[in-house]
Amino acid sequence: MYILFAVVSLTALGLALGFMLGAAARYFKVEDNPLVDEIEKMMPGSQCGQCGFPGCRPAAEALVAGKASATLCPPGGKALAEQLANKLSLEIDLAGVEDQAPMVARVSEATCIGCTRCFKVCPTDAIVGAPKQIHAVIADACIACGKCVEVCPTECLRMQPVKTTLRNWRWAKPQPAPAGA
Amino acid sequence: MVVPDIGALWRRRSKIRGGVHPEPRKESTADKPIVANFPLPERLYLPLQQHLGQPAEPVVRAGDKVLKGQLLAASRGAVSASVHASTSGTVAAIEDYPAPHPSGLPTATIVLEPDGDDRWVEEGAEIDPFGLTPDEICARVDRAGIVGLGGAAFPSALKLNLGWRSRIRTLILNGGECEPYLTCDDRLMRERAAEIIEGVRIMLHGLQCPTALIAIEDNKPEAYAAMRGAAKNHGRIEVVQVPSLYPMGWEKNLVTHLTGKEVPAGGRPTDVGVLLHNVATAYAVQQAVRYGRPLISRVVTVSGEAVESPRNVETPFGTLLSELLAFCGHRPERTARYVMGGPMMGDVLPHVQVPVVKRTSGILALTPEEVQATDARPCIRCGRCVSACPVGLLPLEMMTRIRAGQFDAAVSFGLRDCISCSSCSYVCPSRIPLVHYFKYASGELMARQEAQQKTERTNRLAEEKRRRLERAKQAAAQRKAQTAASEHAS
Amino acid sequence: MSKVYLPVAPLTHADNPVQAIMAQVVLALVPATGFGLFLFGWPAVYLFSITILSAVLFEAVCLKLAGKPASLFLCDGSALLTGWLLALSLPPWAPWWIGVTGAGLAIVVGKQVYGGIGQNLFNPAMLARVALLVSYPLEMTTWVQPAPIFSEHAPGLLQALGITFGGGGIDGFSGATFIGHVKTELSQGRTLEQSFASGQFGLAEAWLGWVPGSLGETSALLVAAGGVWLLRKGIITWHIPVSLLATVAVLATVLRLIDGDRYFGPLWHLGSGGVMLAAFFIATDYVTSPGSPKGQLIFGTGCGLLIFVIRTWGGFPEGVGFAVLLMNALTPVIDYYVRPRIYGRDHKGRPLKLPEGKE
Repeated sequence: MYILFAVVSLTALGLALGFMLGAAARYFKVEDNPLVDEIEKMMPGSQCGQCGFPGCRPAAEALVAGKASATLCPPGGKALAEQLANKLSLEIDLAGVEDQAPMVARVSEATCIGCTRCFKVCPTDAIVGAPKQIHAVIADACIACGKCVEVCPTECLRMQPVKTTLRNWRWAKPQPAPAGA
Repeated sequence: MVVPDIGALWRRRSKIRGGVHPEPRKESTADKPIVANFPLPERLYLPLQQHLGQPAEPVVRAGDKVLKGQLLAASRGAVSASVHASTSGTVAAIEDYPAPHPSGLPTATIVLEPDGDDRWVEEGAEIDPFGLTPDEICARVDRAGIVGLGGAAFPSALKLNLGWRSRIRTLILNGGECEPYLTCDDRLMRERAAEIIEGVRIMLHGLQCPTALIAIEDNKPEAYAAMRGAAKNHGRIEVVQVPSLYPMGWEKNLVTHLTGKEVPAGGRPTDVGVLLHNVATAYAVQQAVRYGRPLISRVVTVSGEAVESPRNVETPFGTLLSELLAFCGHRPERTARYVMGGPMMGDVLPHVQVPVVKRTSGILALTPEEVQATDARPCIRCGRCVSACPVGLLPLEMMTRIRAGQFDAAVSFGLRDCISCSSCSYVCPSRIPLVHYFKYASGELMARQEAQQKTERTNRLAEEKRRRLERAKQAAAQRKAQTAASEHAS
Repeated sequence: MSKVYLPVAPLTHADNPVQAIMAQVVLALVPATGFGLFLFGWPAVYLFSITILSAVLFEAVCLKLAGKPASLFLCDGSALLTGWLLALSLPPWAPWWIGVTGAGLAIVVGKQVYGGIGQNLFNPAMLARVALLVSYPLEMTTWVQPAPIFSEHAPGLLQALGITFGGGGIDGFSGATFIGHVKTELSQGRTLEQSFASGQFGLAEAWLGWVPGSLGETSALLVAAGGVWLLRKGIITWHIPVSLLATVAVLATVLRLIDGDRYFGPLWHLGSGGVMLAAFFIATDYVTSPGSPKGQLIFGTGCGLLIFVIRTWGGFPEGVGFAVLLMNALTPVIDYYVRPRIYGRDHKGRPLKLPEGKE
C-alpha cells in the first residue's frame, strides 16, 4: 500500500514538473538570437578585422557562440571587453587585458605623398585630403584600426597614443592597501 | 527703516546630516590683515581656462602692449569667462604652461611681462549700480570675467542670469568657509564688509530678488559682527550664523539648513528658488558693477606649517604660487605637500611653479607632521564614513565595489551623488582613500561614456561609408548595364 | 614604476586609528573582565590568559602563512579583542583545550580563512562559542558557583592548575545558570514559581553578577557600564544595543503578561546570560553588522528577537551566539537593501520632485 503511494506521488510529481518545464520552454522561448544584434551594436563597427574575424558581425556571432573571448576586440579595449563579458555573463580576467592606451593615427607631413590610399581604406572616413595633397586625420573619428598604416606606401602614417590633456586626464586607481586589504 | 524679518517666518532650520569637525587651524592667518602690497612678479601666467566650461579665446598676440584690466581673452560659448591683464605690460607669449592641477599637465596660457607701471586701461566713471537693469548688471559682471570664487569657478554672470530668469526668492551668500586653514573670506568680510554688502544689494537688484541671507559659520564672530554692522540698514539682507561643521559650505547644505528645502538630485538650488554666491564673488561684483573693474586679483590664504609668516595676500592672477609662497617665508625643505585650496577638497599639486587662478582660495605648504601620511589598511566596516557622509551614501560599500571593478553597482549605491567632500576619508580609521576611489570611478565612467559616444559616432560613419560604397557600386553596375544595352542596341 | 602615486585630498585626518578603537573596546571590557576573574578565581585567570595568548598566536601564524606583515596587523589588536571576547563567553573553569580550540576556531576558521580583518562574515568569537557549544556540550555548560579569588573555598594557584590543565576537581563547585535552571525545571513540568523556589536566584545578584555563568558575562551592570562608556566615546552607536535590548525587553514583558507561570520578566532576561555583552560588544562588531543606522536597527531587533526565541523555546538555554551568527548571515542582505536616503532623492533613490507652483 505504502509503495503504491510512493509510486503514485512520485509519478504525479514527475509529470507535473515535466509539464511545467515543457510549458516554460514554450513560453520563454528566445527567438533567434537578438543577442548577436545587440553585441554587434556594441562593437566599434569598423569591420577592421583585427580580431581575426571578417567583420564585427561575424565576431559578434562567434562571441555569442562562445567561440571567441570577450577580449577579442583591440580597438574596443578594456571597456568593451568588460561590457561584453557583462552582457554574455562571461568570466574574464581583465587584469590580463593589456589596457592599451587609446591610439590615434597621425600623418607625418614630411613624407605624405598624397596617394589617397589611406583614406580609401579608412572605415570611418577619418582621413581627409585630396590627391597629391597632404592628408590629415580627424582624431575624433579615428578608431585606431591601423588599416591606413598597412597601406601607406611611405610609412608616413603612424599610430600614436592619444595625448593626455587636462580634458581627458583621469584619476588613476588608488594604490591597493597592503596585502590582505 | 524697519522691515519685519520675513525670512524667519517661513524658514525652518533643518538639521544637517553627517559632517565632520576637522581641526580649524585658522588661527595663524585669521587675525592678520590682508596684505595688499604684494610686489609684482617678473612674469604672470594667465591660463585661458580658469573657469568651468569653454576656454576663453585670446584677443591679443605675443608682443602686444596691454594695460591693467585690458581684455586678453574673451569668453567663448555659453559657459565661459573672460581673462584680463592683471597689470600693464607686454604679452610675451601665448603658449602651453603647467596648470594648477593635480596632473601638472600644461594648458594654453598667456604669458605677461609686467612693465612695472601698473597702469589701468582707463578708469571707467563710477556709476550708480541701482540705475541699471538686470541685463546690464549681468553684462557688466560678464565683461569683468567674474567666476564663483568659492572654488567651483562657475561663471557668475551666467548664474545671475539663470537666477533672474527662474525668479529666485532667496539669495544666499556663502560665508561658510568650512575648510580648515582658509581665512580669505573671513578676512574679506572683516575688512571689506561694506563693499560686500553693496555687492549683495547689486545682486539682489540684478536678480529682482526680495531677500538675501548671508551665512557665516559661528567660529567667525568678528566677520559676523562686521557684516551685521554693514547690513543693519538694509532690511532685505540678513546675516545669520550657521554651525561650524564641515561641509557647511556645500551649497545644498546651506540651502537645506537655511530654507528647509531640499534640492532634488541632479538639480540646482535655483530649482527651489534659491541662488548661492560666495561672499568674495559679491565683492568682485561690486567692484565690477560700480567701478567697472574686471576680476584681476583675489585674496589668497597662504598657510601651513612650512610657511613662516602665514597670511592672506591680495594676489594678481598669474602670479606663480612659488613666488607667493616665497613672499610669505616658505621653507621648501620642510614641505611634504602643496595644496591649492583647503586640505579637505583642495588639489594636491606636484609642484608650485603654477599660477594663481580665479579659483585659488589658498595655497598650503604642509609639513610631514601635518599631513601624517600613512598607508591604507583593510576596511573594518566601522561605518564612520556612513555617519560622516553629508549626502547619505554608503562610502564603504561603494569603495568595495569600485575596487572589484563593479562601477555600475557603485553607481547604484549613489556614486553620482558624491560631492567629493572627503568627509569619509577624513574619519576613516584605516585611512582608506575613499574619495580617491570615487574620483577614479567617476573619471572611469566618464571615459567609458565618451568611448561609447565615440563608438556610436564611428559606427554611424562606418555605416555611411559602407552605404556610399554600395551606392557607387550599384551606380557603376547600372552604367555598365546601360552601356552594354546601348552597345547592344547599336 | 611608471605611475607616480598622486596623493589625494583630504590631507588632514581624524586621529582615530584602528588600534585606538580596539584599545578602547578592550578598556571598556576591563571592569566586567576584572570582576569575572575575581569571582571565579585562578582557573578563570588561566583560561582567560591561555585563550587570548592562543588567539594572538594563531593570528600570527595565519598572517605568516598568508605572507602579510605580521607586525603591522598584530598591532591593530583585533586578535586580542577576539580572544578576549571569546574568553568572556566561556565557562570560567573550562579546561585549557577549550580555550585553545576556541581561539583557533575564532581566528582561523572565523576570520583568517575569509581573508583577515574586515573580511569575515561571522563574528569570530561567536562562531567559536557556538562551535564549541555544539561540539563539547558538557564542558561548555558546566558552570561553577562564584568562588572569589583568595576566598576560603576558592582553589589556590596549584589547585587551579589542576582544574584548568588537569581536568578535575570541579564537582564541589558546580552550579547552574539561571536560564539553564529555569529551562530544565520548566521542561520537567514545574512552574516558574517552583523553579525560582528550588534555585535560590536573586535579581540583584543576577545584575551584579554574583551567579554562575560565563567568565565575563555574569555582571550585566559592569558590562553595560563599559558599553555606555563606548557609546559616549562614539566608538559604537546606540542603534544596535538599544534595539536589541528593547526587543528582548518588550517580548519578555508581553509574554510575562500573557503567561506569568511560564515566562520570566524583562529584568531577568536583561540581567542574565550574555545578552548585555552581546548588545554592547558582540552584535556591535563593525565587521559583521550593517553599516547604515537603519540597517543596524533591523540587525539589533533581529538579534533580540532570535535571542528571546531561542532562550524561550529553543533547545539551548542561551541563544546569544546563535542569534548573532544568524543575523551576521543576513548582514550583507540588509546592507544591500537598507540604505540611507540620499540627499535630493526619495527613499527609492528617485530624484525629488520639483515643488510645483510653490516657490
